Amino acid sequence: MAGERRSVTFWILAVFFGLFLVFLYGPLSAILILSFQGPSGGLTFPLNGVSLHWFRNLTEQQAVGDFGGSFRRSFTLGLMVMVVTVVVSLLAGLAFRRRFVGATPLFYLAVASLVVPSIIISLGIGVMFQQVGIRPSWYGSAFGAHLTWTLPFGVLIMFAVFNRFSPAYEEAARDLGASPWQTFRHVLLPMIAPMLVGVGLFGFTLSYDEFARSLMTAGTYNTLPLEIYGMTTNVTTPVLYALGTVTTLFSFLVISLTLGIIVWLGRRRARG
Amino acid sequence: MAIAVEQPAASPARPAGARLVSVLGRLAAYLQAAPLALILGVFLLAPILMIVAVSFWDYDFARLYPDFVLTNYAETLGSWVTWRTYLNTLKYAAIVWALTLFIGFWVAYFIAFHVRTATMQTVLFLVCTVPFLTSNIIRMISWIPVLGRNGLVNATLIEMGLVSAPVEWLLYSDFAVVLAMVHLYTLFMVTPIFNTLMRIDRALIEAARDAGANGCQVLWNVVLPLAKPGMAIGTIFVVTLVMADFITVQVMSGGQSASVALMMRNQMSLLQYPAAAANAVVLLVLVLLMVAGILRVVDIRKEL
Repeated sequence: MAGERRSVTFWILAVFFGLFLVFLYGPLSAILILSFQGPSGGLTFPLNGVSLHWFRNLTEQQAVGDFGGSFRRSFTLGLMVMVVTVVVSLLAGLAFRRRFVGATPLFYLAVASLVVPSIIISLGIGVMFQQVGIRPSWYGSAFGAHLTWTLPFGVLIMFAVFNRFSPAYEEAARDLGASPWQTFRHVLLPMIAPMLVGVGLFGFTLSYDEFARSLMTAGTYNTLPLEIYGMTTNVTTPVLYALGTVTTLFSFLVISLTLGIIVWLGRRRARG
Repeated sequence: MAIAVEQPAASPARPAGARLVSVLGRLAAYLQAAPLALILGVFLLAPILMIVAVSFWDYDFARLYPDFVLTNYAETLGSWVTWRTYLNTLKYAAIVWALTLFIGFWVAYFIAFHVRTATMQTVLFLVCTVPFLTSNIIRMISWIPVLGRNGLVNATLIEMGLVSAPVEWLLYSDFAVVLAMVHLYTLFMVTPIFNTLMRIDRALIEAARDAGANGCQVLWNVVLPLAKPGMAIGTIFVVTLVMADFITVQVMSGGQSASVALMMRNQMSLLQYPAAAANAVVLLVLVLLMVAGILRVVDIRKEL
């Protein structure tokens, strides 16, 4: 198609795509703007002056509940989920390259993990912990609940990666006398590193934003989405938008950092 | 690269060593698969079995009594409210599915076939992806200043003189629920469809052109059939997400509409776990049947 003049279809689809982007980003930019609402402003437009009042309000404990604490918990939990998702998915991806008894059931179990409604996981883990007599906590039961959502993504991505991975590289390394560990460390790992970073990003953000699976599993201390949800029902000032702006900017930061790492890995490989 | 060339075809010349390696390899496979099996066993399989068991238990306001009673199912399936809630949830699923499929296909098609450079394709795809990596709840709340009584849409409509009083059904209505769900879940349709479209051999399209097919015919007879697996995967995602949704329904309908998961959530907050469990089993069976139905229509195994 390259080189031809742009067709009418192109322009129609381009406009459609543009509208889709407005649909995606429009509301987000609305709360971004409204979070700079003046001290006397309300939840809707117009802006009543411009101020940082609501961001300052955010740092005051009593105004919004425990924002700092819940952020720290969600951040830590996200990192835990990220590390475990990357390691376990990579191992499972390696395992699925060989044939082993139970491979098919395990694969279907991973796929099932994607389609089982999140509230059922939440209820099941909550009731199970209650019956066994373990207190639900964000670093225990919620950690496991989040993994049931991030692991299938990781495993499927790794599955797809290894399906397209030529074994010739590893055979070459082996014939040159590399040990299995050396082959893994110096041949396989650098090639799949960008995908692993992607899996890590998925793991972190899916956990950081997860609500339904934390509902019955987080225990006494709220994670950030639970805290935000609590605010939606009882906070009627733009401080809610300020929180939205801060968490969204944080997500953007994490995403750009990850993309930066992926690009850097690609460049380094191209040079080496 | 030179190394790979020097290497002869696969080496059948190491019988004893190779056998040892293959035994070790098989053992390694089990060790590598073990963490995944363990985590999914403890946090997916066991909780589901627990729910199935609890759905037959008896309960009162204070605690659960292990038992084998069918009252939870009888109460769930015997209630007119339950059936209406299931129908309502299926209605959401059908509407959101149709909208996300339509939007998702054209967005993916535009990026895959009408954007010329690979860099631009990646950039546009990322631009679509980024909002989906931010908080769902925040993205939902962000509709309030847009759709609310004094929101942007109403203000604009009044300004333009199209309506005299604010339109009330924009927010806290089924319309708002569907809109927010489409907003939240479209990417789950875009990604798999984009993936399949990118893998279509462009020579097929050239061939169809050379054989005299026009744009519509190429789209209908070549692109669409080849995009089906991606559409099926997207459909599975969207349908299961909508069937499981309770927070969008709760926030965006302002408590005026119900979904199955929201009904469960209310039972859970009243500590009626066996009732919620019975609901969970029915919902799980329904969702699994829907997924099985989709898999019967479209073979997605080639996609992995």
